[in-house]
Amino acid sequence: MTIETQPTAPTAPAGLAPGAVELLNVSRWYGNVVAVNDITMSLGAGVTGLLGPNGAGKTTLLHMMAGFLAPSRGSVTIDGKPTWRNPAVYRDLGLVTEREAVHAFLTAEQFVLACAKMQKLPDPAAATRRALELVEMTDAAHRRIGTFSKGMRQRTRVAAALVHQPRVLLLDEPFNGMDPRQRMHMMELLHSLGDNGHTILFSSHILEEVEQIAGLVQVIVAGRLAASGDYRKIRRLMTNRPHVFAVRSSDDRGLAVALVAEKSVSGIEIGEAGLTVRASDYGDFTRALPRIALDQGIRLHQLVPSDESLESVFSYLLEA
Amino acid sequence: MSTVAMITARGLFGRRRALLLLPLPLLLIGLAAICRAYGLDYSHWGKSVIEGLGFAVVLPVIALIVGTGVLGSEVDDGTLVHILTKPLPRREIILPKFAVAVTATAVTTALPLYVVGLLAGSASLGAALAAAAVIGSFAYTALFLLLSLLSRRPVLLGLVYILIWEGLLGRWVSGTRVLSIEQYVITLADKLEPTTILDAKLSVLTAAVMTAVFVVLSLVGAINRLGSFSLAGETS
Repeated sequence: MTIETQPTAPTAPAGLAPGAVELLNVSRWYGNVVAVNDITMSLGAGVTGLLGPNGAGKTTLLHMMAGFLAPSRGSVTIDGKPTWRNPAVYRDLGLVTEREAVHAFLTAEQFVLACAKMQKLPDPAAATRRALELVEMTDAAHRRIGTFSKGMRQRTRVAAALVHQPRVLLLDEPFNGMDPRQRMHMMELLHSLGDNGHTILFSSHILEEVEQIAGLVQVIVAGRLAASGDYRKIRRLMTNRPHVFAVRSSDDRGLAVALVAEKSVSGIEIGEAGLTVRASDYGDFTRALPRIALDQGIRLHQLVPSDESLESVFSYLLEA
Repeated sequence: MSTVAMITARGLFGRRRALLLLPLPLLLIGLAAICRAYGLDYSHWGKSVIEGLGFAVVLPVIALIVGTGVLGSEVDDGTLVHILTKPLPRREIILPKFAVAVTATAVTTALPLYVVGLLAGSASLGAALAAAAVIGSFAYTALFLLLSLLSRRPVLLGLVYILIWEGLLGRWVSGTRVLSIEQYVITLADKLEPTTILDAKLSVLTAAVMTAVFVVLSLVGAINRLGSFSLAGETS
């Protein structure tokens, strides 16, 4: 089941706000493997996070939005125009791919300038200066890209994608390889672009990244849109899910008996390696457990949350 | 020079791959110079050096290195995306790349063949060989440019065309010659400067028309293929 915390507008592309990206019943498969499964979403001005575990289909979806992959079924449009086999969309679209290949023999300035010229901008030099300033790469503008760190290369690529001031900017895992300061700067940049009416979509498999900059999220799990809408509501759903803990103690059976009476505990399993406890509330359970153990005179040896991986969070969303 | 051509030229000559272009022309000139130094008549060595090495190896191999390099290397390392995400009709990407490839191939093959022609006896033979090499450069690089968009192993496919189709089948199966760029080049060179050393096996009309067909179809195919260029997704 898909969680929707805001209404989406999957119907006719007519009358969309400028820079709107529309996906209508989009699927993409490779042979028998379904990478993207019947996704309908609509993106407007602001920053949207595309969240999902690795292999969920985020990149496939971004590539379809950017016109680098034909949907097997459905339609992908920007301002009502299809993105596939339509180079004209790049006048209003910027793309920063996850693969960080750049023409290493060019300097940052030459690279961004080349992009400005290929965009046929009226004043490519001025646009280049502005884009490099925006990503704070002016000081290193005359150095060859081959000598750059991963973060600098990433910022140069963002400058190249922004040089023509596109209304839509798509970024695939843009924070990979950035140090905390660069990350902060990139987040501020995306924020301000979103506030200025640009449609920004960035993919990430890290919840915290999305939390810090995106008000809206689209959660993709196993090729399907699992959740869509306001981040806080989805986050609440994520934190309220049942948590599973592995517990080992000096008296597992005695502890199990005592825990059954605890309200936050929804299930207990006794195994050879200890107890597997299902808790309906993370905070209540972790506060109650030491108190119960103390009251019973039981010594706790181990308390490990066993389903904290992102995949389990996403699977929960999918099941919700 | 267009921006695409500038990036292509800098990418081509800035890589070590460009050094691969040097040994074959030098070998070609070196062999001809040795034969000339020993006072051998060109009728003894002309055919094997000009046809066997120049047209059968140097021209196609250099065209293969350059033709697959101008686009294929950018496909391999992913930098092509920066050019493709521009509102350029795809012919404005293919044609400048083709122009760079033809120029590089023509210069590195026509010049040594001209020198070989001179060493063989006459400037007019040199000019005929150079002109034929330039024409061959168009057909070969267009074909190899297309291969770099059709396959992830364009060099292997190109070598199969050069070695198996042209080198083996072209020698023994006469019907395959009509699709052999090497035969067009030999035929055109022989027409421009008739000698006893070149053995034209096609009519001039066939050679000229088929060269044009190779160039046009390959370029149209490449432009069309680039329009559908796909990036692999994480699940693919």
